[in-house]
Amino acid sequence: MALQSLDIKARSATTTASPSVRQTTQVAKLIDISKCIGCKACEAACMEWNDLRDVIGVNNGEFDSPRGLSDQSWTVMRFYEEEPNGNFEWLIRKDGCLHCADPGCLAACPAPGAIVQYANGIVDFREENCIGCGYCIAGCPFDIPRISKKDSKAYKCTLCSDRVAVGLEPACIKACPTGALMFGSKEDMVDHADERVADLNDRGFENAGLYDPAGVGGTHVMYVLQHADRPQLYGLPIDPNISPLVSLWKGVTKPIAMLILGLTAFGSFFHYIRVGPNEIDEIDEPEDENEAAS
Amino acid sequence: MSVILTRRQFFKVCTTGLATSSVAALGFTPNAALAEVREFKLIGAKETRNTCPYCSVSCGVLMYSLGSNAKNAKQEIFHIEGDPDHPINRGTLCPKGAALLDFVRSSSRLRQPEYRPSGASDWQRISWEDAFERIARHMKNDRDRNFVATNEQGATVNRWLSCGMLAASASSNESGYLTHKFARSVGLLAFDNQARV
Repeated sequence: MALQSLDIKARSATTTASPSVRQTTQVAKLIDISKCIGCKACEAACMEWNDLRDVIGVNNGEFDSPRGLSDQSWTVMRFYEEEPNGNFEWLIRKDGCLHCADPGCLAACPAPGAIVQYANGIVDFREENCIGCGYCIAGCPFDIPRISKKDSKAYKCTLCSDRVAVGLEPACIKACPTGALMFGSKEDMVDHADERVADLNDRGFENAGLYDPAGVGGTHVMYVLQHADRPQLYGLPIDPNISPLVSLWKGVTKPIAMLILGLTAFGSFFHYIRVGPNEIDEIDEPEDENEAAS
Repeated sequence: MSVILTRRQFFKVCTTGLATSSVAALGFTPNAALAEVREFKLIGAKETRNTCPYCSVSCGVLMYSLGSNAKNAKQEIFHIEGDPDHPINRGTLCPKGAALLDFVRSSSRLRQPEYRPSGASDWQRISWEDAFERIARHMKNDRDRNFVATNEQGATVNRWLSCGMLAASASSNESGYLTHKFARSVGLLAFDNQARV
């Protein structure tokens, strides 16, 4: 347990169980899209805390800045111009890792310990163990991880695991000036979301709801959506699931490959026992003995 | 006792060694299950309360600097975040405030008084004394020329309309009072300040 400030629940490419006796409070971030004004204070606070500085991009006529996630931008505001009920609505979603309870990235990762899930729900990348294969990107239903061109390692939001480990809220949560971002125990965040949904229902958003998709076991970053029946308006998958390729590879292909490897080794061994070693030409033998004697 | 290997035995030993280490490298070696979060970077940093210099909302910020404030340590701000105990922002900040660190460390930040003579294209450094002297001289000359003591009806107005004061600072109530007192006592009407004194 040395060097460890949060209990580990799961670890990539590791079959031994993690210690699971201690009970840790489950944490969650709640993003209330109805309160977000798209100011990007969360983006600035994220870069400041995590010592990241993305390149200054170009204006392409949208408010999205930067235009997408990168190894330097772990959260971005995505601006969607929609007319869900015939009236124009500007839907602004803070995109970033959702910290799934059943993380596809961790399931797909072949590097031991490169992705860990802490007992409080945070899914964190340990870049020193990352081999840069990019399988986490294929495993993620939300297209979050990014491989850095600088060091070929995967990066994403850590939910400020270093701050949470010492009892602080993540940097984005602290900065948010409108209270669109909230942080607390998962239970409290679900309760708070229920209040917000009831309020939005009163204000005419009949389909308001909480986005906490069951397909990935629930998430530790949840959204309050005005139109929870249509998450695709916000660029969110309707029913996110871990790609079947991940379970195909980890569930079937990997054991079969191990079996083939084992059978080959066994076959070679029994071939040696039954048939014996290669016959030595009589011409080679005296030469070898002469060399050894000399 | 010395062991004499034949050429064939030597190859066998090498091959066995290579095969064993290859199998070990395939993942049969146990591997310590350690993972740690990034160390909290503010442990021991000097914390200084201040006010965000941007707009008149005047949010409270906490500035964290290297060094314990010891005599031989040169302090350097490396992190700034909102002050949760400040009644105005209660820890929150806008994107500009959240990125204050790059404002503090900006390469284009003005670090000393500079002066550009009329007609010149380059700025030159001057001392604070020279800067104060020049500003005071210009203000005095302009006020002597343009001060209006009475209006057309003969009523005393004591106003100085050819000069304005635009200052920005996160002022305390006391320095705001003094700033205001100075500006009004010389007759300035065009007057604004970040602190809205």
